Amino acid sequence: MSTQHMPLWEVFIRPRNGLHHKHVGSIHAPDDEMALQAARDVYTRREEGNSIWVVRSNDIVASDPDKAAENFDPAGEKVYRHPSFYDIPDEVGHM
Amino acid sequence: MSKSLANALIALGDDHLILGHRLSEWCGHAPMLEEDLSMPNMALDLLGQARNLYTYAGELEGEGRTEDDLAYLRKDREYKNLLLVERPNGDFAHTMLRQLYFAAFMQPYWQAAMQSKDATIAGFAAKAVKEIAYHIRHAGEWVVRLGDGTEESARRMKHAVDALHIYTDELFTVTDDMAICIERGLLPDPQAMRAEWQNTIAQIFDEALLTVPEVAFPQEGGRDGRHTEDFGHLLSELQYMQRAYPDMAW
Repeated sequence: MSTQHMPLWEVFIRPRNGLHHKHVGSIHAPDDEMALQAARDVYTRREEGNSIWVVRSNDIVASDPDKAAENFDPAGEKVYRHPSFYDIPDEVGHM
Repeated sequence: MSKSLANALIALGDDHLILGHRLSEWCGHAPMLEEDLSMPNMALDLLGQARNLYTYAGELEGEGRTEDDLAYLRKDREYKNLLLVERPNGDFAHTMLRQLYFAAFMQPYWQAAMQSKDATIAGFAAKAVKEIAYHIRHAGEWVVRLGDGTEESARRMKHAVDALHIYTDELFTVTDDMAICIERGLLPDPQAMRAEWQNTIAQIFDEALLTVPEVAFPQEGGRDGRHTEDFGHLLSELQYMQRAYPDMAW
C-alpha cells in the first residue's frame, strides 16, 4: 500500500454532545471522504461517539520532544495557576 | 397468502444471507485494515436483516422452521437468492461493484417497504434503510476511486463491470409469490426500482469514467433455485458446522 495514494489520517471522536473530540487513533485513506468512512468503520463500532473529525497527519504541527523541558517544565512551579485556592459552592455541581 | 409472503421473504433473506457470507469471506484477507473492518461490518448488517426476514418467514409459515433451519438446513435448489450475490468475491473491485449493484437496488426497495401494510416488514425496512444508505455510499465511493484511479485500478474496475453487469437484470424479477404480496401492499414491486437503480448506477459510473454496458443475454435463475457452480462451494462452507454437528448451538 503506497503512502502516496493512501496517506495517514488522525481520527478524533466526540463521545457525546457537549464533550470534546478526542484523539482515538489513525487510519489510511485516499481522501477526506474515504477517511471519514474508514474512521467510522474502525473507531465507532461500539457506539463510541456521534461525531468524527479526521485530519491529515502531515498537517499536524507537533512540538519537538527535545524541547519538552524548555516548553513545559517552567509551568511546574506555578501552582497558583491551578484553580484550587477557593471553594466552589456545592450548587455549582460538576465543573 | 401467508405462504406467499413467507416465500417472498425467504428469497429476500437469501439475498442478504449469501451476500453477507461472501463479504465475510474477506475477513482477515482485505487489502487494508480499514476494509477488513468495513466489509464484515456490512456483512453483519446483512446478516441481521437476513435473521429478521427468516424468523418472520418461519412464523408466517407456521411449520416450526427457525432462522437456523432456513439458513443452514436447506439444499441448494431451495435457496432463491439472486445470482449476483453468490458471485465469487474476485478482487476488491468485483466485491465493491457487486455491493453497489445490490445496495443501489435495496435502498429504494427498503424505502418503499417502510410503507408496507405489514407493520413487521415496515419495521425491518426502517432499520435497514440506515444501514443500506451507508453501504451504497461506501461501495459507490470506492467504485468512483477505482474507476477513476490508477491504470491498474481502472482496468480491474472495467473487468468487474464486464463480469457482473449481466447479473443485474435479475434484481427486478417478480416471482409469483412476490406478485401476490405486491398486489396486497405488503412488499414493494422490484420493477418500480428499476429507474432509480439505473439512475444511481449511471451517476456513479459517470464519475468513475465507466460505461454502462449493453447486455445481450442477462443471466438469471437464482429466484427459481437454479444457481451457478460457485454456489455449491459457498454452501458447503456456510453449512459445514450444522451438517457436521447437527443441532449444535452456542
